[in-house]
Amino acid sequence: MSDNHGSSVISARVRHVEALLEARGLLDAGEIDTRIDEFLAGGTPANGARIVARAWVDAGFTDRLLADANAAIREVGLSMAGGLQEQRLKVVANTAEGHNVVVCTLCSCYPIALLGPSPSWYKSEAYRSRVVRDPRGVLAEFGLQLPAGTSIAVWDASAESRYLVLPRRPEGTPGLTEEALAGLVTRKGLIGTAAV
Amino acid sequence: MSTDRVSTDRVSADRFTPGARVRTRSTDPAGHTRLPRYARGAVGVLVELAGRHPLADDRARGATGEAQPVWHVRFAAADLFGTGDHTVTVELWQDYLTPVEDA
Repeated sequence: MSDNHGSSVISARVRHVEALLEARGLLDAGEIDTRIDEFLAGGTPANGARIVARAWVDAGFTDRLLADANAAIREVGLSMAGGLQEQRLKVVANTAEGHNVVVCTLCSCYPIALLGPSPSWYKSEAYRSRVVRDPRGVLAEFGLQLPAGTSIAVWDASAESRYLVLPRRPEGTPGLTEEALAGLVTRKGLIGTAAV
Repeated sequence: MSTDRVSTDRVSADRFTPGARVRTRSTDPAGHTRLPRYARGAVGVLVELAGRHPLADDRARGATGEAQPVWHVRFAAADLFGTGDHTVTVELWQDYLTPVEDA
């Protein structure tokens, strides 16, 4: 992992700690890289898109997803159990009346298994500090102009849960297959900074 | 996940139940905390149990306390920032919260 840090100060510190752990026999050389690769393997926004597409075609699945997302995503072959312990997943659904958007104000918590590594803007101080105060303004900067009557719920991933937004199904898509619908879903749509 | 379902069944034994109004701690702790500064000393409503975990503040100091309820707590933006018509839902450990008596 020590070759993958933007900050040289952090890189040096991580390299030092890694070397100490290896010297004491607590860590095999390269073990961290292997673990990170395992954790990231298969993590892609296509997973989140599959969940959304299933929800769009199956109302029963949507109900189960909103009630217990960890159990429901197993129906499409996905899991939040890839890390040291299973993380709780909370799925929040956009409606005509209400829009959801996700942030981690304290760091950059993100459902990596379902969305892959997070985009740089999600980790930026600007996004993290501003979207809780002025989500309507920040979403407008993303190009999402919500009607004045649409309420906005911001979800701050400040503890152990991870969040996924269930976007509204686009109009004019009644004939599309589940696979074609999944192709319409974007990463921003799954975070809540865009509609689909 | 299954552990959450078990704990949800025991939620009535906890200090709070969903719908309760709570106030967050207003102090600035010396070490790590997961109570964001913007949500300090604010009144919100418990939405839903978000599982049980040892307090992150303790874990960051190497202590392993008992797992305690973690709640989705919803705040009106106007109560946090003095402006805004949106809500902000934060996940907070029970230790951060005190009950607010209804007037």
